[in-house]
Amino acid sequence: MENQGFKNKVKRIYYGLTLFFGLLLILSGGLVYKMVDPSFLTFPNEVETETYVDVVGFDNIENGIHLETGFKDDEGLQTVIVNCTSCHSAKLVTQNRANKEGWISIIRWMQETQNLWDLGTNEVVIVNYLAKNYGIEEKGRRDNLENVEWYDLKN
Amino acid sequence: MKRRKFIRNTFLGTAASLIGADIVFSSSMPKNYTPIGLKDPDPYTLFNKDKDMTVLNDKPWNIEAKAHLLDDKITPNKYMFIRNNGNIPQNIDVAHWKLIIDGESVSTPKTYTLQALKSKFKNHTYQLTLECGGNGRSEFNPPAKGNQWTVGAVSCAVWTGVRLKDVLEDVGIKDDAVYIGYHAADTHLSGDPEKEPISRGVPIEKALQEETLLAFKMNGRDIPLAHGYPLRLVAGGWPASASGKWIHRISVRDKVHDGTKMKAPAYRVPCKPVAPGEKVKDADMCIIESMPVKSLITYPRSGAMISQGEKLHIRGHAWAGELEVQAMAYSIDFGATWHTCRIEKPINRLAWQHFNASIAFPKKGYYEVWARATDVDGVSQPMLVPGWNPKGYLNNACHRIAVKVK
Repeated sequence: MENQGFKNKVKRIYYGLTLFFGLLLILSGGLVYKMVDPSFLTFPNEVETETYVDVVGFDNIENGIHLETGFKDDEGLQTVIVNCTSCHSAKLVTQNRANKEGWISIIRWMQETQNLWDLGTNEVVIVNYLAKNYGIEEKGRRDNLENVEWYDLKN
Repeated sequence: MKRRKFIRNTFLGTAASLIGADIVFSSSMPKNYTPIGLKDPDPYTLFNKDKDMTVLNDKPWNIEAKAHLLDDKITPNKYMFIRNNGNIPQNIDVAHWKLIIDGESVSTPKTYTLQALKSKFKNHTYQLTLECGGNGRSEFNPPAKGNQWTVGAVSCAVWTGVRLKDVLEDVGIKDDAVYIGYHAADTHLSGDPEKEPISRGVPIEKALQEETLLAFKMNGRDIPLAHGYPLRLVAGGWPASASGKWIHRISVRDKVHDGTKMKAPAYRVPCKPVAPGEKVKDADMCIIESMPVKSLITYPRSGAMISQGEKLHIRGHAWAGELEVQAMAYSIDFGATWHTCRIEKPINRLAWQHFNASIAFPKKGYYEVWARATDVDGVSQPMLVPGWNPKGYLNNACHRIAVKVK
């Protein structure tokens, strides 16, 4: 029975340690986050009653747009996110327009001068996605004025 | 905002498990990858910018104004565009900030503390126009890669500092000096410490101009961090990329500076005109120096509706790089007839000039008010997008606003 008592002791120490390290992990996690965001756990004067159920998830798509990045949802989206938003914003992609050849030359430029890695078999996926979704739109030498917000001007 | 709270709340509950998840995923994440969800989403607070400014890019930060936001005679920080090539430097230690002047064309390199710079040399203040070389890029066809600036990558703030000329004279430069190149504290997006995001400069003649400053104040206060705190080279009238931010070293070169973004095709245009879309060899690309003549209608905002019989009062600014603007005109009939605007002299060389006019409309309907500046050499803004170039620089086409008379 001495053996059983010893076992219990070990179990108790084991649970105690588990609890201790578990709490330590939570505490250190909280502290690390406090370093990242100093406003964490600094309670504002007003009590916030809002709840945030309808949050934007990392991979939510709405009306064909990946909400987190603004990319169009299409084949190759995830490959594009992982390879193209590491160094720069997705906005730098979505505001540009080029055909396949143009996108390849941009990729080459980034590989030669900006430390972009070899994309391997992902390159064709990425280029196809970009040329299809962010291809060249034909326009003239001067566009019409568009999206004008009309308002009454009071002199 | 909701995102941050979401993350915060999630962390509150399951900090440990999230950190665990982070470690697991990091092995399959590319080097230096920052999960998109952890970026600060509010540049307006971060940089004290007006909510109507347009964020073109958040890594690196590139933010532009709209024409009507630039109505002030002196551009306040909240309406000043941001063009960054790399990451904004962190933890700037002003007390230990030093400026080194070195290069092939100095006899002995010399180092100044910020305090020494401010007290040793006479301080000067100028209002200086800074326009991004790629302002207007969005209109080129075929499109050019890069930030798709529309009209708002221009500012004219008041800069206070010491003349680069005075500092270079104090160091002593050799006769063979042809260029200066700046080195700054911003860091490369890839995280590679060996890479400079940008290191441009100007020919020695421009460096020695009275208005070329090593500035430590903007609009009477410390320069905002995003605009180069604590020390910025300001070379008005040239592509704003020549006005390096967060400067800690200036090299006086015996050749054209060869830093990052000095080489083709960056900030260069074809030496000879080319057809839209034409391939241009690097050797045939020439460095942009003075910016071309340009103007903006800053009041009213496009979309104004007035009643028949009412006059429309317009105003704005005009600038011409190294030159002065000589004349300003407007047209309400797509350039068929032009009418003179009143235009003021610049407050100093390289500052933009203010124009205004009162316009009567012949009948009800839709109009566009087009503005056109002409520099002292008689060169005017084109109504169409000017000569296509591979990188989409120097679009100085006339600005216009839509107006309805009811």
